[in-house]
Amino acid sequence: MNEPIKLKAKDYKSSVKPIWCPGCGHFSVLNALTKAFAGLGIDKDDTVLVSGIGCSSRLPAYVDSYGFHGVHGRGLAIAQGLKVARPDLTVIAMGGDGDGFSIGGNHFLHACRRNVNMTYIAMDNEVYGMTKGQASPTTPADWDHSKLTPHGPGVRPFKPAALALASGAPWIARGYSGNPNQMARLIAAAIEHPGFSFVHVLSQCITFCPEQTDWKAVVHEREEEALVDADEAAQLFLHEDGFQTGVLYNAQRATWPPSVPEPQSTDITRGFSV
Amino acid sequence: MKQTELSIAITGAGGAGVISVGELLLQAWAREGGRGLLRKAFGPQIRGGESAALLKLTESERYTAASAYQVLLAFDWNNYTRFGDEIKLAPGVIVFCEDAGDVPESVLAAEPTLVRLPMKQLAEAAHDDGRVNMLALGLLGQLMGLGEGSLVELALQKLAHKPAAYQEAAEACIAAGCAQQLDCSVQVPAPGVPGGWYISGNQAAGLGALEAGIRFVAAYPITPASDVLEWMAGGLEQLGGNLVQAEDELAAINMTIGAAFGGVPSFTATSGPGLALMTESIGLAVASETPITVLNVMRGGPSTGIPTKSEQSDLNIALHGLHGDAPHLVLAPLDIADCVYTSAWAVQLAQHLQTAAIVLSDQFIGQSTAVITEPVRCAPLAPPVSCEGGDNDYLRYRLTDSGVSTMAVPGDPGLRFTADGLEHNEQGTPSARDDDHQQQLAKRARKLNAHDYGDDWARIDGEGSLGLVCFGSASAAVAEAAELLAEQGVACRTVSLRLLAPLQHGSLTAALADCERVLVVEQNHGGQLYRYLRGQMDFTQPLHSYARPGPVPLSGAAIVAALAEVSPA
Repeated sequence: MNEPIKLKAKDYKSSVKPIWCPGCGHFSVLNALTKAFAGLGIDKDDTVLVSGIGCSSRLPAYVDSYGFHGVHGRGLAIAQGLKVARPDLTVIAMGGDGDGFSIGGNHFLHACRRNVNMTYIAMDNEVYGMTKGQASPTTPADWDHSKLTPHGPGVRPFKPAALALASGAPWIARGYSGNPNQMARLIAAAIEHPGFSFVHVLSQCITFCPEQTDWKAVVHEREEEALVDADEAAQLFLHEDGFQTGVLYNAQRATWPPSVPEPQSTDITRGFSV
Repeated sequence: MKQTELSIAITGAGGAGVISVGELLLQAWAREGGRGLLRKAFGPQIRGGESAALLKLTESERYTAASAYQVLLAFDWNNYTRFGDEIKLAPGVIVFCEDAGDVPESVLAAEPTLVRLPMKQLAEAAHDDGRVNMLALGLLGQLMGLGEGSLVELALQKLAHKPAAYQEAAEACIAAGCAQQLDCSVQVPAPGVPGGWYISGNQAAGLGALEAGIRFVAAYPITPASDVLEWMAGGLEQLGGNLVQAEDELAAINMTIGAAFGGVPSFTATSGPGLALMTESIGLAVASETPITVLNVMRGGPSTGIPTKSEQSDLNIALHGLHGDAPHLVLAPLDIADCVYTSAWAVQLAQHLQTAAIVLSDQFIGQSTAVITEPVRCAPLAPPVSCEGGDNDYLRYRLTDSGVSTMAVPGDPGLRFTADGLEHNEQGTPSARDDDHQQQLAKRARKLNAHDYGDDWARIDGEGSLGLVCFGSASAAVAEAAELLAEQGVACRTVSLRLLAPLQHGSLTAALADCERVLVVEQNHGGQLYRYLRGQMDFTQPLHSYARPGPVPLSGAAIVAALAEVSPA
C-alpha cells in the first residue's frame, strides 16, 4: 500500500455547484462534513453519502465520494440496506426535517432502534424549502408564513432528539450551522461511534425563515460530558430549549446485524430431496 | 391416453393438523415414486378457521388444481361447509367422517360411499394424547397403499422437536388408522421413478434467486409471500448473506436498492398491497439503473381482497404501476418447478440490464407443494464488463449502443459517482435539460428492447388453428384445456408467457401465425392480459378473452366451456 496522501477539506468537494440559496445553513454542513473527512483521513472510494429529497438531500452530489440521491423520505432505508450488505463501507445518510421526520418518520424510528453502524445527519431548518416554504414537523405551531397554513400549523413540533432516544438511538449530538468547526468535530465523532449515530443540525433557512438568524443568540454549547444514562437524557430532551449543541447522549449498544454461527453446510437444496 | 388421477381433500379447523396430514401423505407417496400436488386452502382466521389440504396424485407433473375430489376426509362438517362449493365432490366420493352427526345434504348429493368412524374415539383409544389427524394419516395412507413404516418415519421426523408423548401418540394413531378394516378402495396413479424434489413454489422462487446470486433480502411480512422469506432467511444464513425484516414495504424496497447499489445482488418478496407501496421506489431503481428483483406472490385483490387465495390480478400494476416512462422487466413463472428457473432468470436479467424485475407468482403455485423432477436451471448470463474511466471522467450512465453502461460500486477506486432518481446526464449529475432527458429515457428503453431474450420468453406447445395464450400459473390449466380439446378433435397451440415486459411482439405473432382464433386465458376479472395484448399488438385473427377471477382455480374444463361460449367452433 502507498502512503495515503493527506487530503484537505476542499479535496472532498465535487465539481457540482450547489443549488442552495446564498446564506443557506447547508453550505456550512457541507464544509463541516468535508472538514471531518479530512480530519479522519476518510477514503473517498469507501464512503457513501445517501439522501432522500429536499434541499439538504442534494448534498451527496457535492461531495467527491460515492453517493445515492433517492426518493423522498427513504434515504435511511437505502443507507441501512447498503451498510448491512457492505459493512466495509462508511455510510452516512442525510436529509432534512420533512424528509426524516415526516414522510420518512417511520424509518427514523426503526433506524434508531435497529442500530446499524452508520451516521445520520438531519439538517433541520424547520421548513420545506424545496417546495417553497411549507411547515414541517419541527416548525413552531404559530409560524404563519406559509399560505398552506396561514394561521400556523397549530401542531406541536417534534423534538427529534427525544424521538431518537425513545426509539433507541445510542448516540445523539446537535450541531449548528453557525458553528461549522464544532459541527465538524461532532460529525467526526459520529462517524467514529460504533453504531447508529444521530447528528441533529440546526441549519438555518435564510429564504423562508429569516427569523432563524436569531438562533445565534440562543444556541449554547454543552459544557458537560455527554449523558450516558437514558433517564437523564429523557429529562434533558423533554425539557431543554432545543438549542443546546454538542454530544448530548453517548451509550454503547450492540449493533445490528449480530454475527451468526458458521453454517454447517452451504447446500441449500438438500432439504428438497424426496 | 387418459391418465389416472386421484384427488383427496382433508378438511378441518386450522391448527387441527390437516395440512400436516396432506404433507406427510404426499411425502410418503413421493418416496414410492409417486407424483402429486398439495394445495392448501385457508379461511382468513389465524387459528381455528377452516383449513383444507387438497391432494392431487397424478402420473405427470402437470399440476392443476383438482376440479372434483374422489376422497374426502372431514374432521368435522362445520369447517367443511365453510368452503362452500370450493371443494367439489366427484360422484361416488369416498367420505371419511365421524359416525355421529348428520352428513350435509351437499355431500349426500354426490351419492358418497360413507366411511363413518368414531375417529376421535379411535385416536384416544390408541393413545391418551392421540389426535385425529394422525389417525387420518393412517386411514388415508392405507387407502393409498402406503406402508405404515414410511408414514411413521416421516411423522416422527416432523415431530422431532415435540415431547416423546406426542411422538408415541402419533405412532399409535397412525398404526390404528392403518389397521382399520376398510371396505372401500381407490385406483391410485402409476408411480414414476422414485426421487426428485418435494418443494413449494415459494421455496422454489427463493431457491432460484439464491442460486442466481442473491445475497441480500429486505422484506416486510405479507400473505402469501412470507414463506418465501422464511425459507430464504435460512438459505441466506447458509450462504453468508443477509435478510432484513424491514419496518414496512417502503423500507424493504429501498433497503434492497441500497444493497444492490453496493454491488450485492438484492431481492424482495411481497404481495399486491406491498407491491403498491413499493412502486415509487421501483421507479427509483429504474431511473438510477440499480438492479433489483421483486417477487410478487399474487392474491385476490383489490385492497386487502382475499389474502389467502390466488388470483392473477396484479398484472396491470406490475406492467403499468410506475410513474413516468419507466421501462422494466415483468416475468411470471409457469409452474412450481419453473419458479426456480424464472426467478433465477429474472435476477440475471435485472443484474445484466441494471433495472428492476417484477416476478408475478401467485398463491396457487407459491403455497402449493409438489413432487417434481429436479428442475432445470437457467444458464448464467455473461458477466458484466468491467468499468472504464478514472477520477472525474467515469460516466456511470454513458450512452452506449446496447443501452447498458458499466456499473461501478462503492469501493471501486476512482469511479465515484452519485446515483440519482433525478434525471441526470451521463456522469450522473442532476439535469433538467431536454437532451439529457431524451437520451437517458431512450437509453433505459433501449437496453431492455435490444436484449436477446432467446426462447425463454414463453413455453409453446402443440400446433393447431386455435391459439390459447396465458401467463404464469394459468399455464397448467391451459395445457389441460388443450388436452380436452384434442379429445374433441380441436387442435391447439398454447403459448404461456414467461416474459411479459418487454413483450416479444414478433415472437408472439410468429407463434400464433397458424391460429385462426385466439383465446386469452387469465385468472382475473378485468381481462388484464387480454387488454395488454390488444393494446400492444395488431392481431390478424379474432382475439377472445376468458378472464375468471379467483379464488376458484382455473381448470381445463372451465376454459373449454368458456371457449364454446365466446368462440364456438
